[in-house]
Amino acid sequence: MNKTRSLGLFILAITIITLLIDIPKIRIRDTEIGGYSIDILNGKFKRDLNIRKGLDLAGGVHVVLQADMENIAKEDRVSAIDAAKKVIERRVNLYGVSEPTVQTAKIGDSYRILVELPGIYNTQDAISLIGTTAKLNFRELVEGKDLQTATIADFVDTDLSGGDLKKALVSFNQQTNEPEVGLEFTQSGAEKFGEITKKNLQKPLAIFLDNSLLTAPTVQAVITDGSAIISGKFTLDEAKSYVIQLNAGALPVSVKVIEQRNIGATLGADSVKRSLVAGGVGLFLVAVFMIGMYGKLGILAVIALFIYSLITLAIYKLIPVVLTLPGLAGFILSIGMAVDSNILIFERIKEERRLGKPLGLSMELGFGRAWDSIRDANISTLITCFVLFNPLNWSFLVNAGPVRGFALTLFLGVVISLFTGIIVTRNLIRIFYKG
Amino acid sequence: MDTINFMKYKLIYLAISSLVIIPGVISLFIWGLKPSIDFTGGSLWEIKFEKPTEINTINKIFQEQNLEHLPIQVSGNNQFLIRMAPISEEEKNRAKQRLADNFGVVDEIRFETVGPTLGKELLIKTLTGVILAAIAILSYVGWRFKDKMYGVCAVIAMFHDSLVLLGTFSLLGHFLNVEVGTLFVTAVLTVLSFSVHDTVVVYDRIRESTAHSKNRSMGDLANKAITETMTRSLNNSLTIIFMLTALTVLGGITVKWFAVALLIGTISGTYSSPFVAVPLLVVVSGVSKKGDSLVKS
Repeated sequence: MNKTRSLGLFILAITIITLLIDIPKIRIRDTEIGGYSIDILNGKFKRDLNIRKGLDLAGGVHVVLQADMENIAKEDRVSAIDAAKKVIERRVNLYGVSEPTVQTAKIGDSYRILVELPGIYNTQDAISLIGTTAKLNFRELVEGKDLQTATIADFVDTDLSGGDLKKALVSFNQQTNEPEVGLEFTQSGAEKFGEITKKNLQKPLAIFLDNSLLTAPTVQAVITDGSAIISGKFTLDEAKSYVIQLNAGALPVSVKVIEQRNIGATLGADSVKRSLVAGGVGLFLVAVFMIGMYGKLGILAVIALFIYSLITLAIYKLIPVVLTLPGLAGFILSIGMAVDSNILIFERIKEERRLGKPLGLSMELGFGRAWDSIRDANISTLITCFVLFNPLNWSFLVNAGPVRGFALTLFLGVVISLFTGIIVTRNLIRIFYKG
Repeated sequence: MDTINFMKYKLIYLAISSLVIIPGVISLFIWGLKPSIDFTGGSLWEIKFEKPTEINTINKIFQEQNLEHLPIQVSGNNQFLIRMAPISEEEKNRAKQRLADNFGVVDEIRFETVGPTLGKELLIKTLTGVILAAIAILSYVGWRFKDKMYGVCAVIAMFHDSLVLLGTFSLLGHFLNVEVGTLFVTAVLTVLSFSVHDTVVVYDRIRESTAHSKNRSMGDLANKAITETMTRSLNNSLTIIFMLTALTVLGGITVKWFAVALLIGTISGTYSSPFVAVPLLVVVSGVSKKGDSLVKS
């Protein structure tokens, strides 16, 4: 029984470790406990041990954009969508979203960009920022016209456009400390810009966004290195807004919103609270049922279930699993399923006892015989989890966050419950159950 | 424990299953399922007002904005759910502004809009998923039991459970406006695996007894297997039912029908293993072996 004892210690160790991982930051008198973080191998494995909330729980915006690739050659489409993704990432970062997700996806012939912005509730700004199809171009003033009296018709397009702009950024004048707008062009953009500045020296160069005049600075010098500064009497907010718009205009393909989901902060918080209450009530019912049904064995099963919950939560934090609402449902469901292996084993033990076998033998036979059923029964659930999670990102299967969240928590639930059913319950019974 | 002669009541099981499935199937044929915007494309907007607000007055503002919508549903205290053809963020914000002008602060609970092409695409993808999962599970059961009869009967039971679920949701859709979306498909797939879960446990028993009692008839073996696994099946399903009922009653509106779908599937899956999959196996093996016992070495 030495092996049993060492396994017992192993279970105890796991319980303590997962408990340390799981407890959130709480204060007891003057000491703060919990909320620990992990940093192994110099930051190679770093976890802040917070539960990551998905968009439906944290609130925010989920947008799917589709690129219009009609005017773009087939071989350039992938690079165009990647460039668009980079632009959107930049815009999103400028907007100051924490932990945004920007992904590209190719479904059949269409190219898409998925954007998730947790914690953004002012969706109007966010959508116009990322979904705008604005086209940026640089225009010259027609000979003999004055900037003050000019109308849109008095400007003519140059060959310089948004695609030539690498990025725009806010900078500050070194003497006056006033905000300015810095422009950086791509290599071909720099050449074009050099030509234009040469031609328009001391003349205004207008920057248009979607046919509306953004600004028309006067060219002060011939610029050939591809970086320029627009100075004017900008406030910081104006400068920032120009930068955002200029970067926005640099989108290489036009995009349109094909799916959008805004989740308000209240709905998410309310859902979390309700799910937790539901989980707690369900867990209580299961515990009462198991103890009522199986007595002392039931108590051991409830302890195993408690350890199961600790391990599951710890694994959510370590992976980390982005918890969505269906994911929470998957977790709650998995608690109901986790006692399954216990029930199978207990029923088997009872059966063997009825045949008149001694307790120790009945227990060992119960474990052994139940295992086949437990394994077979769970494999079908694992198969379904695989299809739902779509780990290889097959484009012919669903690839939606909420579905994945459910599949992942259910999968983890099944695997962890196999572990607790076989290792934890079995050894708890060996150690504590004397009939 | 005395073996109960479960197989004696085959016709009753058939009657119970028919009673549940037939209304659902009729409803499926007449009314079908109520697809959510996930499949059809469209916009769903849920808003909450600070002050008491009437549906009629909201309707008027939507009319002014030329936004056509389905009947507005009340989803909470001064909280409304509006479904319509896909609208843009700008259109929505115009309407929101007008609502705010009239009724004070408008709190946006959620706004979802799905383009029509995306909906069709999802439909194809989810069907692919269901077919793929069914094939994988069938192959697994077939391989595990090395007898295609086991596999076929397990799949018919699986089909039974899917019909129960689809039928119920068709009825729920017609009478309670319950919609099916991505999460419903997720539930269907999960139910497929649950259905097989229990069937496998009973089949395992039959096979085990076949090995050491070669001279008993399939009916006897089936009765023995069901008697032996009944408590386990019921108890296990009960714990799942506890969790899902808690989630249905206490969980938020967003997961409520998802939990209901899983609940129906769990109940049907528990029922179908002893009362659909096993009787079928007995009937099938009776036919194939002319009343002889099913002998496997």
